[in-house]
Amino acid sequence: MFPSRIWREKGQRYRLEAGKCRTCGYIAFPPRLVCPECGAVEFETIKLPDIGKLLTYTVIRVAPSQFTDEAPYAIGIAELPNGVKLTAQLVDCDVEKIKVGMDVRIEFRRIQTHDTHGVISYGYKFVPKWY
Amino acid sequence: MVGIVGYGAHIPRHRIKVEEIAKVWGADAPSYKKGLLLTQKSVPPPDTDTITLSVEATKNALKRAGNINPADIGAIYIGSESHPYAVKPSGTIVADAIGACPRIHCADFEFACKAGSEAMYVCLGLVKSGYVKYGLAIGGDTSQGAPGDALEYSAAAGAAAFIMGSDNVIAEILYTDAYMTDTPDFWRREHEYYPQHGGRFTGEPAYFTHTMGAAKAIMEKANMKPKDFTYAVFHQPNGKFPMRVGKMLGFTKEQIEPGWLSPVLGNTYSGASPMGLTSTLDIAKPGDKILMVSYGSGAGSDAFIWQVTDRINDVRDKAVRTRKLLDENLTFVDYGTYAKFRHKIRKNK
Repeated sequence: MFPSRIWREKGQRYRLEAGKCRTCGYIAFPPRLVCPECGAVEFETIKLPDIGKLLTYTVIRVAPSQFTDEAPYAIGIAELPNGVKLTAQLVDCDVEKIKVGMDVRIEFRRIQTHDTHGVISYGYKFVPKWY
Repeated sequence: MVGIVGYGAHIPRHRIKVEEIAKVWGADAPSYKKGLLLTQKSVPPPDTDTITLSVEATKNALKRAGNINPADIGAIYIGSESHPYAVKPSGTIVADAIGACPRIHCADFEFACKAGSEAMYVCLGLVKSGYVKYGLAIGGDTSQGAPGDALEYSAAAGAAAFIMGSDNVIAEILYTDAYMTDTPDFWRREHEYYPQHGGRFTGEPAYFTHTMGAAKAIMEKANMKPKDFTYAVFHQPNGKFPMRVGKMLGFTKEQIEPGWLSPVLGNTYSGASPMGLTSTLDIAKPGDKILMVSYGSGAGSDAFIWQVTDRINDVRDKAVRTRKLLDENLTFVDYGTYAKFRHKIRKNK
Protein backbone atom coordinates (compact mmCIF):
# COMPACT_ATOMS: atom_id res chain seq x y z
CA MET A 1 0.00 0.00 0.00
CA PHE A 2 1.36 3.43 -0.93
CA PRO A 3 2.24 5.78 1.95
CA SER A 4 -0.11 8.38 0.46
CA ARG A 5 -3.05 5.97 0.65
CA ILE A 6 -2.25 5.00 4.23
CA TRP A 7 -2.18 8.69 5.10
CA ARG A 8 -5.39 9.46 3.18
CA GLU A 9 -7.37 6.61 4.74
CA LYS A 10 -6.08 6.74 8.32
CA GLY A 11 -9.33 8.17 9.67
CA GLN A 12 -11.32 5.12 8.61
CA ARG A 13 -8.53 2.57 9.06
CA TYR A 14 -7.11 3.79 12.40
CA ARG A 15 -10.16 5.31 14.07
CA LEU A 16 -13.14 3.68 12.34
CA GLU A 17 -14.42 7.06 11.24
CA ALA A 18 -17.58 6.92 9.16
CA GLY A 19 -19.70 9.61 7.51
CA LYS A 20 -23.26 10.08 8.80
CA CYS A 21 -25.54 11.86 6.33
CA ARG A 22 -26.85 15.06 7.88
CA THR A 23 -30.05 14.75 5.82
CA CYS A 24 -31.19 11.11 6.13
CA GLY A 25 -28.86 9.63 8.75
CA TYR A 26 -27.30 7.01 6.47
CA ILE A 27 -23.92 5.89 7.78
CA ALA A 28 -21.31 5.48 5.07
CA PHE A 29 -18.25 3.39 5.79
CA PRO A 30 -15.86 4.02 4.24
CA PRO A 31 -16.94 7.66 4.14
CA ARG A 32 -18.44 8.93 0.87
CA LEU A 33 -18.79 12.33 -0.75
CA VAL A 34 -22.43 11.77 -1.80
CA CYS A 35 -25.09 9.91 0.20
CA PRO A 36 -26.23 6.81 -1.77
CA GLU A 37 -29.66 7.03 -0.10
CA CYS A 38 -30.67 10.67 -0.57
CA GLY A 39 -27.94 12.32 -2.65
CA ALA A 40 -27.01 14.82 0.03
CA VAL A 41 -23.39 15.89 0.36
CA GLU A 42 -23.18 16.98 4.01
CA PHE A 43 -21.78 14.35 6.38
CA GLU A 44 -20.96 14.33 10.08
CA THR A 45 -17.88 12.31 11.06
CA ILE A 46 -18.78 9.62 13.62
CA LYS A 47 -16.76 6.82 15.18
CA LEU A 48 -18.08 3.29 14.69
CA PRO A 49 -18.55 1.01 17.72
CA ASP A 50 -15.80 -1.54 18.27
CA ILE A 51 -18.01 -4.62 18.66
CA GLY A 52 -20.21 -6.58 16.28
CA LYS A 53 -21.76 -9.90 15.34
CA LEU A 54 -20.31 -12.10 12.60
CA LEU A 55 -22.72 -12.40 9.65
CA THR A 56 -20.60 -14.52 7.34
CA TYR A 57 -17.01 -15.48 6.64
CA THR A 58 -14.68 -17.33 4.33
CA VAL A 59 -11.34 -19.00 4.98
CA ILE A 60 -8.36 -18.09 2.82
CA ARG A 61 -5.98 -21.03 2.49
CA VAL A 62 -4.00 -19.92 -0.57
CA ALA A 63 -3.05 -16.42 0.42
CA PRO A 64 -1.62 -13.49 -1.56
CA SER A 65 2.13 -13.15 -1.07
CA GLN A 66 1.93 -10.52 1.67
CA PHE A 67 -0.35 -12.73 3.79
CA THR A 68 1.23 -16.19 3.35
CA ASP A 69 2.59 -16.22 6.92
CA GLU A 70 -0.96 -15.89 8.24
CA ALA A 71 -2.68 -18.62 6.17
CA PRO A 72 -5.13 -20.12 6.78
CA TYR A 73 -7.02 -17.04 7.91
CA ALA A 74 -10.61 -15.87 7.83
CA ILE A 75 -12.21 -12.81 6.30
CA GLY A 76 -15.62 -11.97 7.71
CA ILE A 77 -18.45 -9.48 7.58
CA ALA A 78 -19.77 -8.32 10.93
CA GLU A 79 -22.80 -6.19 11.70
CA LEU A 80 -22.13 -3.46 14.25
CA PRO A 81 -24.76 -2.30 16.78
CA ASN A 82 -25.66 0.66 14.54
CA GLY A 83 -26.35 -1.59 11.54
CA VAL A 84 -23.13 -0.89 9.68
CA LYS A 85 -21.67 -3.97 8.03
CA LEU A 86 -17.90 -4.14 8.12
CA THR A 87 -15.49 -6.47 6.31
CA ALA A 88 -12.24 -7.42 8.02
CA GLN A 89 -9.83 -10.23 8.77
CA LEU A 90 -10.85 -12.39 11.76
CA VAL A 91 -7.77 -13.31 13.84
CA ASP A 92 -6.77 -14.87 17.17
CA CYS A 93 -8.96 -17.91 16.57
CA ASP A 94 -8.91 -21.38 15.07
CA VAL A 95 -10.54 -21.04 11.64
CA GLU A 96 -12.27 -24.38 12.18
CA LYS A 97 -14.09 -23.03 15.23
CA ILE A 98 -15.54 -19.85 13.73
CA LYS A 99 -19.33 -19.65 13.93
CA VAL A 100 -21.71 -17.33 12.14
CA GLY A 101 -23.38 -15.25 14.84
CA MET A 102 -20.35 -15.12 17.14
CA ASP A 103 -19.59 -11.82 18.85
CA VAL A 104 -16.46 -10.04 17.69
CA ARG A 105 -14.42 -7.13 18.91
CA ILE A 106 -12.43 -4.80 16.68
CA GLU A 107 -8.72 -4.44 17.43
CA PHE A 108 -5.92 -2.36 15.93
CA ARG A 109 -3.44 -4.56 14.05
CA ARG A 110 -0.89 -4.58 11.28
CA ILE A 111 -2.64 -5.15 7.97
CA GLN A 112 0.32 -5.67 5.67
CA THR A 113 3.96 -4.85 5.22
CA HIS A 114 6.21 -4.73 2.21
CA ASP A 115 9.03 -7.10 3.14
CA THR A 116 11.30 -5.61 5.80
CA HIS A 117 11.81 -2.25 4.15
CA GLY A 118 8.37 -0.94 3.16
CA VAL A 119 5.92 1.19 5.06
CA ILE A 120 3.70 -0.75 7.48
CA SER A 121 -0.05 -0.34 7.07
CA TYR A 122 -2.23 -0.56 10.16
CA GLY A 123 -5.95 -0.91 10.54
CA TYR A 124 -8.80 -2.87 12.09
CA LYS A 125 -9.35 -6.60 12.44
CA PHE A 126 -11.94 -8.72 14.18
CA VAL A 127 -11.08 -10.92 17.15
CA PRO A 128 -13.51 -13.17 19.05
CA LYS A 129 -15.17 -11.18 21.84
CA TRP A 130 -14.23 -13.25 24.87
CA TYR A 131 -14.70 -10.72 27.68
CA MET B 1 -2.77 16.40 42.81
CA VAL B 2 -0.80 14.86 39.92
CA GLY B 3 -0.84 11.20 38.99
CA ILE B 4 -2.47 8.48 36.94
CA VAL B 5 -5.97 9.28 35.64
CA GLY B 6 -6.28 6.22 33.41
CA TYR B 7 -4.34 2.99 32.96
CA GLY B 8 -4.60 -0.09 30.75
CA ALA B 9 -2.67 -3.07 29.47
CA HIS B 10 -2.69 -5.39 26.50
CA ILE B 11 -1.20 -8.86 26.00
CA PRO B 12 -1.28 -11.08 22.89
CA ARG B 13 -3.36 -14.27 23.27
CA HIS B 14 -0.57 -16.65 22.19
CA ARG B 15 1.82 -18.40 24.57
CA ILE B 16 4.70 -20.83 24.29
CA LYS B 17 5.82 -23.09 27.13
CA VAL B 18 9.41 -23.42 28.34
CA GLU B 19 9.26 -27.16 27.53
CA GLU B 20 8.48 -26.42 23.87
CA ILE B 21 11.54 -24.19 23.48
CA ALA B 22 13.83 -26.48 25.49
CA LYS B 23 12.78 -29.49 23.41
CA VAL B 24 14.10 -27.86 20.21
CA TRP B 25 17.49 -26.95 21.68
CA GLY B 26 18.05 -30.11 23.70
CA ALA B 27 17.97 -28.09 26.91
CA ASP B 28 16.74 -29.24 30.29
CA ALA B 29 13.32 -27.63 30.72
CA PRO B 30 13.05 -28.21 34.51
CA SER B 31 16.39 -26.44 34.99
CA TYR B 32 15.25 -23.43 33.00
CA LYS B 33 11.89 -23.34 34.77
CA LYS B 34 13.60 -23.47 38.13
CA GLY B 35 16.39 -21.09 37.18
CA LEU B 36 14.15 -18.46 35.60
CA LEU B 37 11.07 -19.24 37.69
CA LEU B 38 8.79 -19.03 34.70
CA THR B 39 6.70 -21.59 32.83
CA GLN B 40 5.67 -19.80 29.63
CA LYS B 41 5.77 -16.51 27.79
CA SER B 42 3.51 -14.47 25.53
CA VAL B 43 4.08 -14.56 21.78
CA PRO B 44 2.96 -11.79 19.41
CA PRO B 45 1.36 -13.00 16.16
CA PRO B 46 2.65 -11.48 12.89
CA ASP B 47 0.09 -8.65 12.91
CA THR B 48 1.03 -7.48 16.40
CA ASP B 49 3.86 -5.10 17.26
CA THR B 50 4.70 -2.45 19.81
CA ILE B 51 2.39 0.03 18.07
CA THR B 52 -0.67 -2.24 17.99
CA LEU B 53 -0.13 -3.27 21.62
CA SER B 54 0.23 0.39 22.57
CA VAL B 55 -3.01 1.36 20.85
CA GLU B 56 -5.00 -1.38 22.59
CA ALA B 57 -3.46 -0.61 26.00
CA THR B 58 -4.26 3.08 25.48
CA LYS B 59 -7.87 2.32 24.60
CA ASN B 60 -8.17 0.61 27.99
CA ALA B 61 -6.49 3.56 29.69
CA LEU B 62 -8.95 5.96 28.01
CA LYS B 63 -11.90 3.88 29.25
CA ARG B 64 -10.64 4.17 32.83
CA ALA B 65 -9.87 7.86 32.41
CA GLY B 66 -13.59 8.50 32.01
CA ASN B 67 -13.54 9.10 28.29
CA ILE B 68 -11.48 12.27 28.39
CA ASN B 69 -11.12 14.07 25.08
CA PRO B 70 -8.01 12.54 23.45
CA ALA B 71 -7.32 15.95 21.92
CA ASP B 72 -6.51 17.16 25.45
CA ILE B 73 -3.53 14.80 25.61
CA GLY B 74 -0.57 17.11 25.09
CA ALA B 75 2.26 14.59 25.03
CA ILE B 76 2.76 10.97 24.00
CA TYR B 77 5.90 9.04 24.81
CA ILE B 78 6.32 5.37 23.95
CA GLY B 79 9.16 3.51 25.58
CA SER B 80 10.28 0.37 23.75
CA GLU B 81 13.30 -1.44 22.41
CA SER B 82 11.21 -2.91 19.60
CA HIS B 83 9.83 0.14 17.83
CA PRO B 84 8.70 -1.22 14.44
CA TYR B 85 10.65 1.41 12.52
CA ALA B 86 14.32 2.32 12.91
CA VAL B 87 13.42 5.75 11.53
CA LYS B 88 9.82 6.88 11.97
CA PRO B 89 8.13 7.41 15.31
CA SER B 90 5.74 4.91 16.85
CA GLY B 91 4.01 7.67 18.79
CA THR B 92 2.56 9.44 15.76
CA ILE B 93 0.67 6.31 14.72
CA VAL B 94 -0.65 5.68 18.23
CA ALA B 95 -1.62 9.35 18.65
CA ASP B 96 -3.49 9.38 15.34
CA ALA B 97 -5.19 6.06 16.13
CA ILE B 98 -6.64 7.43 19.37
CA GLY B 99 -7.56 10.82 17.91
CA ALA B 100 -4.97 12.88 19.80
CA CYS B 101 -3.37 14.57 16.77
CA PRO B 102 -2.19 17.17 15.84
CA ARG B 103 -1.59 19.40 18.93
CA ILE B 104 0.56 16.89 20.75
CA HIS B 105 4.25 16.52 21.54
CA CYS B 106 5.66 13.12 20.63
CA ALA B 107 8.89 11.19 21.14
CA ASP B 108 9.90 7.55 21.19
CA PHE B 109 12.03 6.55 24.16
CA GLU B 110 14.67 3.86 24.39
CA PHE B 111 16.55 2.60 27.44
CA ALA B 112 16.39 -1.19 27.26
CA CYS B 113 13.64 -2.28 29.69
CA LYS B 114 13.39 1.10 31.42
CA ALA B 115 11.99 3.10 28.49
CA GLY B 116 8.37 2.72 29.62
CA SER B 117 8.98 4.12 33.10
CA GLU B 118 10.97 6.97 31.51
CA ALA B 119 7.86 7.92 29.58
CA MET B 120 5.90 7.90 32.85
CA TYR B 121 8.56 10.01 34.58
CA VAL B 122 8.58 12.66 31.85
CA CYS B 123 4.78 12.82 31.55
CA LEU B 124 4.44 13.37 35.30
CA GLY B 125 6.90 16.24 35.05
CA LEU B 126 5.10 17.88 32.15
CA VAL B 127 1.73 17.64 33.90
CA LYS B 128 3.15 18.91 37.18
CA SER B 129 4.76 21.89 35.46
CA GLY B 130 1.51 22.73 33.70
CA TYR B 131 2.97 22.29 30.22
CA VAL B 132 0.31 19.74 29.26
CA LYS B 133 -3.13 18.85 30.62
CA TYR B 134 -2.66 15.14 30.07
CA GLY B 135 0.39 13.11 29.14
CA LEU B 136 0.23 9.59 27.69
CA ALA B 137 3.08 7.29 28.75
CA ILE B 138 3.38 3.82 27.24
CA GLY B 139 5.81 0.98 27.87
CA GLY B 140 5.58 -1.88 25.40
CA ASP B 141 7.71 -4.40 23.59
CA THR B 142 7.69 -7.41 21.33
CA SER B 143 11.07 -8.55 22.55
CA GLN B 144 13.33 -10.99 20.71
CA GLY B 145 15.84 -13.43 22.15
CA ALA B 146 18.29 -15.21 19.87
CA PRO B 147 17.29 -18.82 19.10
CA GLY B 148 18.73 -21.12 21.75
CA ASP B 149 19.87 -18.23 23.97
CA ALA B 150 18.66 -18.09 27.57
CA LEU B 151 16.77 -14.92 26.63
CA GLU B 152 14.57 -16.87 24.26
CA TYR B 153 12.78 -18.46 27.22
CA SER B 154 11.67 -15.11 28.59
CA ALA B 155 11.54 -12.45 25.82
CA ALA B 156 7.81 -11.72 25.55
CA ALA B 157 5.27 -9.16 24.37
CA GLY B 158 2.89 -6.78 26.11
CA ALA B 159 2.22 -3.13 26.81
CA ALA B 160 0.87 -0.82 29.49
CA ALA B 161 -0.42 2.72 29.03
CA PHE B 162 -0.89 5.47 31.61
CA ILE B 163 -2.61 8.80 31.17
CA MET B 164 -1.10 11.29 33.61
CA GLY B 165 -3.12 14.29 34.70
CA SER B 166 -4.11 16.47 37.61
CA ASP B 167 -7.86 15.90 37.85
CA ASN B 168 -9.75 12.69 38.66
CA VAL B 169 -6.52 11.02 39.73
CA ILE B 170 -6.59 7.25 40.43
CA ALA B 171 -3.09 7.07 41.92
CA GLU B 172 -1.28 10.18 43.09
CA ILE B 173 2.46 10.38 42.55
CA LEU B 174 4.10 11.12 45.91
CA TYR B 175 7.78 10.76 45.04
CA THR B 176 10.04 9.91 42.11
CA ASP B 177 13.73 9.08 42.03
CA ALA B 178 16.29 7.54 39.71
CA TYR B 179 19.59 5.64 39.95
CA MET B 180 21.89 5.32 36.97
CA THR B 181 25.44 4.30 36.01
CA ASP B 182 27.21 3.15 32.87
CA THR B 183 26.97 -0.64 33.21
CA PRO B 184 27.13 -2.56 29.90
CA ASP B 185 25.15 -5.68 30.87
CA PHE B 186 22.93 -5.96 27.78
CA TRP B 187 23.00 -4.26 24.38
CA ARG B 188 22.06 -4.47 20.74
CA ARG B 189 24.17 -2.74 18.10
CA GLU B 190 22.74 -0.99 15.06
CA HIS B 191 21.49 -3.46 12.38
CA GLU B 192 21.80 -6.42 14.75
CA TYR B 193 18.62 -8.48 15.07
CA TYR B 194 19.15 -9.98 18.51
CA PRO B 195 20.58 -8.44 21.66
CA GLN B 196 23.75 -9.57 23.42
CA HIS B 197 24.12 -9.82 27.16
CA GLY B 198 26.75 -10.34 29.81
CA GLY B 199 25.30 -13.54 31.27
CA ARG B 200 25.60 -13.47 35.05
CA PHE B 201 26.94 -9.91 34.85
CA THR B 202 23.32 -8.85 34.25
CA GLY B 203 22.54 -9.79 37.85
CA GLU B 204 24.50 -8.42 40.78
CA PRO B 205 26.23 -5.31 39.35
CA ALA B 206 23.36 -4.52 37.01
CA TYR B 207 19.77 -5.44 37.95
CA PHE B 208 20.25 -5.77 41.70
CA THR B 209 22.56 -2.79 42.24
CA HIS B 210 20.36 -0.36 40.32
CA THR B 211 16.99 -1.65 41.47
CA MET B 212 18.10 -1.59 45.10
CA GLY B 213 19.82 1.75 44.65
CA ALA B 214 16.67 3.41 43.33
CA ALA B 215 14.41 1.70 45.86
CA LYS B 216 16.57 2.69 48.83
CA ALA B 217 16.99 6.24 47.55
CA ILE B 218 13.27 6.87 47.14
CA MET B 219 12.38 5.27 50.47
CA GLU B 220 14.99 7.42 52.17
CA LYS B 221 13.64 10.52 50.43
CA ALA B 222 10.08 9.64 51.50
CA ASN B 223 11.19 8.49 54.96
CA MET B 224 9.33 5.23 54.39
CA LYS B 225 10.13 1.59 55.00
CA PRO B 226 8.93 -1.55 53.19
CA LYS B 227 6.21 -2.09 55.80
CA ASP B 228 4.72 1.30 54.87
CA PHE B 229 3.75 0.00 51.43
CA THR B 230 0.82 -2.20 50.56
CA TYR B 231 2.44 -3.36 47.32
CA ALA B 232 5.75 -3.27 45.49
CA VAL B 233 6.38 -3.75 41.77
CA PHE B 234 9.83 -4.43 40.34
CA HIS B 235 11.16 -4.96 36.86
CA GLN B 236 10.79 -8.63 36.02
CA PRO B 237 13.26 -10.02 33.46
CA ASN B 238 12.33 -13.47 34.76
CA GLY B 239 10.30 -14.83 37.64
CA LYS B 240 13.17 -15.00 40.09
CA PHE B 241 14.77 -11.53 40.09
CA PRO B 242 11.80 -9.38 41.23
CA MET B 243 10.96 -11.72 44.09
CA ARG B 244 14.61 -11.91 45.16
CA VAL B 245 15.24 -8.14 45.03
CA GLY B 246 11.99 -7.53 46.90
CA LYS B 247 13.02 -9.86 49.68
CA MET B 248 16.52 -8.33 49.80
CA LEU B 249 14.86 -4.93 50.35
CA GLY B 250 12.56 -6.31 53.06
CA PHE B 251 9.30 -6.75 51.16
CA THR B 252 7.09 -9.80 51.60
CA LYS B 253 5.81 -12.14 48.90
CA GLU B 254 2.29 -10.84 49.52
CA GLN B 255 3.38 -7.28 48.70
CA ILE B 256 5.02 -8.32 45.44
CA GLU B 257 2.66 -11.00 44.12
CA PRO B 258 -0.12 -8.84 42.57
CA GLY B 259 2.37 -7.22 40.20
CA TRP B 260 4.50 -10.32 39.68
CA LEU B 261 3.45 -11.35 36.17
CA SER B 262 6.64 -12.75 34.67
CA PRO B 263 6.22 -16.42 35.77
CA VAL B 264 3.41 -16.82 33.22
CA LEU B 265 4.01 -13.79 30.98
CA GLY B 266 7.77 -13.64 30.46
CA ASN B 267 9.75 -10.43 30.23
CA THR B 268 7.88 -7.70 28.40
CA TYR B 269 10.91 -5.41 28.66
CA SER B 270 9.68 -1.80 28.63
CA GLY B 271 6.22 -3.08 29.51
CA ALA B 272 7.32 -5.20 32.48
CA SER B 273 7.09 -3.06 35.62
CA PRO B 274 4.39 -0.79 34.06
CA MET B 275 2.24 -3.88 33.42
CA GLY B 276 2.93 -5.05 36.96
CA LEU B 277 1.62 -1.69 38.16
CA THR B 278 -1.60 -2.13 36.13
CA SER B 279 -2.34 -5.50 37.69
CA THR B 280 -1.56 -4.09 41.14
CA LEU B 281 -3.92 -1.14 40.59
CA ASP B 282 -6.56 -3.68 39.50
CA ILE B 283 -6.79 -4.95 43.08
CA ALA B 284 -5.59 -1.94 45.08
CA LYS B 285 -7.77 -0.09 47.59
CA PRO B 286 -8.00 3.64 48.30
CA GLY B 287 -5.09 4.77 50.46
CA ASP B 288 -2.76 1.93 49.42
CA LYS B 289 0.81 2.98 48.77
CA ILE B 290 2.68 1.27 45.93
CA LEU B 291 6.43 1.28 45.28
CA MET B 292 7.38 0.76 41.64
CA VAL B 293 10.98 0.35 40.50
CA SER B 294 11.89 -0.27 36.88
CA TYR B 295 15.23 -1.43 35.55
CA GLY B 296 16.82 -0.93 32.16
CA SER B 297 20.13 -2.40 31.12
CA GLY B 298 22.92 -0.05 30.39
CA ALA B 299 21.90 0.68 33.24
CA GLY B 300 19.40 2.43 35.43
CA SER B 301 16.23 2.32 37.50
CA ASP B 302 13.33 4.75 37.91
CA ALA B 303 11.42 4.65 41.18
CA PHE B 304 7.90 5.88 41.94
CA ILE B 305 5.76 5.97 45.06
CA TRP B 306 2.03 6.04 44.27
CA GLN B 307 -0.91 6.51 46.61
CA VAL B 308 -4.21 5.09 45.38
CA THR B 309 -7.28 7.34 45.61
CA ASP B 310 -10.99 6.65 46.13
CA ARG B 311 -11.57 6.86 42.38
CA ILE B 312 -9.96 3.45 41.83
CA ASN B 313 -13.20 1.75 42.90
CA ASP B 314 -15.13 3.56 40.16
CA VAL B 315 -12.77 2.85 37.28
CA ARG B 316 -10.97 -0.48 37.74
CA ASP B 317 -13.68 -2.47 35.95
CA LYS B 318 -14.27 -0.01 33.14
CA ALA B 319 -11.67 -1.95 31.16
CA VAL B 320 -10.38 -5.51 31.19
CA ARG B 321 -8.11 -6.43 34.12
CA THR B 322 -4.52 -7.37 33.38
CA ARG B 323 -4.75 -10.77 35.13
CA LYS B 324 -7.67 -11.70 32.89
CA LEU B 325 -5.58 -10.91 29.82
CA LEU B 326 -2.80 -12.96 31.35
CA ASP B 327 -4.71 -16.07 32.38
CA GLU B 328 -7.73 -16.56 30.10
CA ASN B 329 -8.47 -17.47 26.48
CA LEU B 330 -4.91 -18.55 25.68
CA THR B 331 -3.61 -20.28 22.56
CA PHE B 332 -0.44 -22.31 23.05
CA VAL B 333 1.79 -22.58 19.99
CA ASP B 334 4.55 -25.00 19.04
CA TYR B 335 8.08 -23.87 18.28
CA GLY B 336 7.53 -23.93 14.51
CA THR B 337 4.58 -21.56 14.75
CA TYR B 338 6.50 -19.36 17.17
CA ALA B 339 9.50 -19.27 14.81
CA LYS B 340 7.22 -18.27 11.92
CA PHE B 341 5.44 -15.61 13.99
CA ARG B 342 8.74 -14.10 15.11
CA HIS B 343 10.35 -14.18 11.64
CA LYS B 344 13.08 -16.53 12.79
CA ILE B 345 12.88 -18.52 9.54
CA ARG B 346 14.71 -17.18 6.50
CA LYS B 347 12.50 -17.42 3.40
CA ASN B 348 13.05 -16.80 -0.29
CA LYS B 349 12.15 -13.25 -1.27
